[in-house]
Amino acid sequence: MSDSKSVRNYVASHVRDMPPSGIRDFFEIVSTMKDVISLGIGEPDFVTPWHVREAAIYSLERGMTSYTSNLGLLKLRQAIAEYLHRTYNVFYRPENEILITVGVSEALDLALRAILEPGDEVIYHEPCYVSYNPIITFAHGKPVAIQTTQETGFRLNRAMVEEKLTDRTKAIMLNFPNNPTGAALDLDDLREIGELAVERDLIVITDDIYGELTYDGRHTAISSLPGLRDRTIYLHGFSKAWAMTGFRLGFAAGPAQLVGAMMKIHQYTMLCAPITSQEAALEALKQPESDIEEMKAEYKQRRNFIYRSFEDMGVPCVKPKGAFYAFPRIDKFGLTSKEFALKLLDEENVAVVPGSAFGACGEGHVRCSYATGMEELKEAMTRIQRFIQRRVPAEVG
Amino acid sequence: MDELLKLLKKNALETPENLSKMLDIPIDEVKTRIAEYEKSGIIRGYRAVVNHDQLDIRQVTAVIEVKVTPEREGGFNHIADRISKFDEVESLYLMSGTFDLLLFVSGRDLKDVAFFVAEKLATIPGVLSTATHFMLRTYKDHGVMMEPEEGYERLKVSP
Ligand SMILES: Cc1ncc(COP(=O)(O)O)c(C=O)c1O
Repeated sequence: MSDSKSVRNYVASHVRDMPPSGIRDFFEIVSTMKDVISLGIGEPDFVTPWHVREAAIYSLERGMTSYTSNLGLLKLRQAIAEYLHRTYNVFYRPENEILITVGVSEALDLALRAILEPGDEVIYHEPCYVSYNPIITFAHGKPVAIQTTQETGFRLNRAMVEEKLTDRTKAIMLNFPNNPTGAALDLDDLREIGELAVERDLIVITDDIYGELTYDGRHTAISSLPGLRDRTIYLHGFSKAWAMTGFRLGFAAGPAQLVGAMMKIHQYTMLCAPITSQEAALEALKQPESDIEEMKAEYKQRRNFIYRSFEDMGVPCVKPKGAFYAFPRIDKFGLTSKEFALKLLDEENVAVVPGSAFGACGEGHVRCSYATGMEELKEAMTRIQRFIQRRVPAEVG
Repeated sequence: MDELLKLLKKNALETPENLSKMLDIPIDEVKTRIAEYEKSGIIRGYRAVVNHDQLDIRQVTAVIEVKVTPEREGGFNHIADRISKFDEVESLYLMSGTFDLLLFVSGRDLKDVAFFVAEKLATIPGVLSTATHFMLRTYKDHGVMMEPEEGYERLKVSP
């Protein structure tokens, strides 16, 4: 093995050909720097509510350190069923329609692997969460991206989906409220997309991880619409609304056939989600409204603040409807999103994520997470303003 | 509680500009509403939350439980009002349970507070008994941790 040329490349081509994540290289640069104010963080700045952490500790004290059933603790599935029914008006049977997973991340992977034959197409919308395209590819599917834009508020409608349909289309993936744009769908659009899925016999995979973090109005789960429950894989988890990212806990809910198929993969690859996290999640569902309400109120104030700040600076930005991201448009400064992010980091020690990391149509934007304390957010916006003020003349000249 | 009031309770120094952005209301409305709160007395004042343990000054704080005889007219109000007029008394609450009034009293030292209790408080007609507890250390005051926990840092960039 001394001569590298003679070493065969053992890596499978669909893995080898996958470009590295745009977030990853940016992370490497930022992590070497000191005193950075980071708006680049895709997780809550809140610590998990104490009563939830305490429940996890208590479960350890009681010696709960074993495997659970493959599907997850029944009492947790029951609590989830009850929560979904109460909150989103859609009922799933705890016995066979809910699967507890290691985050929405695992659930997404299971859903795709459970339904895709090689070459099946999955329609999804960009800019989107960084993993969508790779996990479709890893499951031997073909990712088909819809480009959403600032002009339409990064929303999706029926016509945009229709344009991408082919005979091989198997499923459509939705993520609203959206990472990285903060966009949410109007009920009418959601309905029409749902109708299309019914007409064309598509599976809907919906990543509703930011559902609770909706600031104007209420979130609707697409599976609660007529005819959609039994063709939708509904994914949700505790990472965002409950500030529990490190617990790695999520779940899938859907018709028994699909959840059963996902469970088959899960039982052989993951066995079960960690029991400590399941115990914590059970506690998290005891008083979700009060836990979430407090954090949500603060996110909303920050959303208002960051949006108004960009507006005052003359930087176009769609008002985020949910999640904790703003996605301002910075192309008028004559820099690519990556150059903008690097220069901002270099000159003002503020980290934002280049929009191109979330798909080609994210170019010209940067993602600013407001899951950051108000004081830091204020300072970051002051620095961004200073940064762009130095650049306005370049634009004119 | 009104969101504006909540924000001011957290940080009274927040500028009207920022408050206006955070609440998505015009800056003039922020100013008028604050003025109204001040005028109506809902906002009684603004002050710093100080960690006295960090200062090199002589000061002790005592919490005093007081049992009193309520008066036929006015119940506890008259005696509570009388006690609260002493400068030494920082806060005074009417309580349910085994005593009636709870006082937060501060003085330069133990003797100072002892003098106040023995000479002033206990001699007020209607005061039946007192129990004085001295504070040793402040961990949290008005929702503020005096010694913040060592923060745990998240990854600086994540998807
Ligand atoms: C849209 C979206 N889906 C899924 C995830 C991953 O969630 P989990 O922590 O449940 O694996 C994230 C995390 O950033 C996300 O933004």
